[in-house]
Amino acid sequence: MQHAPFQPGMPVGEHPYGAPSPFMRGVVRRWLRGMLPSRLTNVAFTPLAELEGIITPNGLHFERSHAGTPHIDPARFSLKVHGLVDRPLAFSIDDLKRLPVVSRFHFIECAGNNSLNWRRPTTNAVQFTHGMLSCSEWTGVRLRDVLHLCGLKPGARWLLAEGADGAAYARSVPRELWDEALLAFAQNGEALRPEQGFPLRLLTPGAEGSLNVKWLHRLEVGDKPWLTREETARYADLQDDGTARLFTLVQEVNSVITLPCPEKPLRKHGTHRLSGLAWSGHGRIAAVDISFDGGRNWQPAQLEEPVLPKCLTRFHLPFTWRGEEMLLQSRAVDEKGNVQPTHAENLRVKSAKQVYHNNSITTWRVMPDGEVRHVRLA
Amino acid sequence: MCGWREWIWCIPATVAVVLVANSGAAQERPYAGIGTPLSAAEIAAIDRDVRFDGDGLPTGSGTVAEGEELYAERCAACHGEFAEGSGRTPALLGGEGTLATDAPARTIGSFWPYAPTVFDYIRRAMPEGHAFSLTSGEIFALTAFLLHINGIVEDDFSASAESLKGVRMPNRDGFVMPPHPTAQGTRCMQNCRKEGPRIAAEAPVTMEGIMTGDREEQP
Repeated sequence: MQHAPFQPGMPVGEHPYGAPSPFMRGVVRRWLRGMLPSRLTNVAFTPLAELEGIITPNGLHFERSHAGTPHIDPARFSLKVHGLVDRPLAFSIDDLKRLPVVSRFHFIECAGNNSLNWRRPTTNAVQFTHGMLSCSEWTGVRLRDVLHLCGLKPGARWLLAEGADGAAYARSVPRELWDEALLAFAQNGEALRPEQGFPLRLLTPGAEGSLNVKWLHRLEVGDKPWLTREETARYADLQDDGTARLFTLVQEVNSVITLPCPEKPLRKHGTHRLSGLAWSGHGRIAAVDISFDGGRNWQPAQLEEPVLPKCLTRFHLPFTWRGEEMLLQSRAVDEKGNVQPTHAENLRVKSAKQVYHNNSITTWRVMPDGEVRHVRLA
Repeated sequence: MCGWREWIWCIPATVAVVLVANSGAAQERPYAGIGTPLSAAEIAAIDRDVRFDGDGLPTGSGTVAEGEELYAERCAACHGEFAEGSGRTPALLGGEGTLATDAPARTIGSFWPYAPTVFDYIRRAMPEGHAFSLTSGEIFALTAFLLHINGIVEDDFSASAESLKGVRMPNRDGFVMPPHPTAQGTRCMQNCRKEGPRIAAEAPVTMEGIMTGDREEQP
């Protein structure tokens, strides 16, 4: 559908909720055939190359679930808190909204982001290298306020967060993460989307996405971790010696160039804008460096405001291109001094078979015709 | 002082006492009263998790033989007739000795550290998409069968709260708690490479065929 200039357009209210321009039809989440067992346990990736700023539109937030996306009636929903508490309580969504409410900008990144590229580059698209990454303004109540209402008993050290989905997905959350955690019922100004856990999810800023339990209906406070299947057989990082690291929860400092990238080749000679995203589960991004020659020389990019802790940060750098081949890299530094590692530096303390937590520097090779390829450098 | 003649003096005193009592409560527990108390029975109905040490295992039991029959009915369609896995559905056995190799097979037998979490996972997540649909006896039986085909228990094993707590999994000591080392890069700005760069590997150019999810394709 297309309107000729200066002619009447759509009637007001034609789309009561609203929808993107019909010319943006290709800007959608996508998933990969054969990556995971079924459509019920799968991941749909955010089209990072199509986004500007730091906020992911709600319809494009990446999806990862373990038994599909349930539709849960908030009128029949409650969050139950029990275990090592003085007062086991159930909270309806309306109950929670009577408590002090806060809004925070945070990224969520799946621990498996960029996992397909540990051994060699396999995905030639930023949507499939880093698209298990999204960022929203999350609104909810503080976990610690709810726990305070219930009264923590001595020995309270872990809690089990359980979803009401078809996998009753459950994870142990250590006490160190309780202070910053939110029980979120809204994202970017509206109720959570079903794919993000409507009507309630846990938000653990900076921690791996899978800890942010969706459709959150139960919190049990305990003195030890549960060591569920999802934190031992999965989401634990296997090392070269055969041991596996438990509770590798923080998403380390990371970045990726989204313009240009395989989906956004260069089409003209002259001045261009390089752009991308940086993030760290440890806090704010302090700097992002860009290399055009495969890591030989670097120059700092400009960070776009706002620069918030545990949030995506947008960076830019103008450059001139005359058809030469380039090897583009970005390297993020966070406020704690963590520097994003190269693949080789990452493998000094990690294993290529650990699946999760790949924050290595990514290389885009710009060809003389402007096409962009995902490569690994030696 | 609060006799009937002096009642007028008692009003401020009473108000003050009430105010002090309220403000004390407000400081100690603001928003007290929000939330509905849960009874022991209500908690029991939802508290169905089983911890690694077996805490939370219910009463009942199930044998390897019962589990074998159930497996064929409820599990084999996805996980394979011999639990060998199928497509991307994981294998449930094998993999011994592979964890330190380049092709690790992370199965119940080779990887999982605690037997009670097998019960927990089946109960909450299996068959796919049907949380809490099997009875405790059925889950005990399936757990017994899976432990048996991994060579961890004999074929006369009966799984119960007591017996599962006594099972020692082969990879029990294979997991490490935090703190873990973090990888660090180097913030060099000029002449940072001694040699190269050389392109070591390149992703396949096209994602067509494996990439899906255009709006037109979505049901």
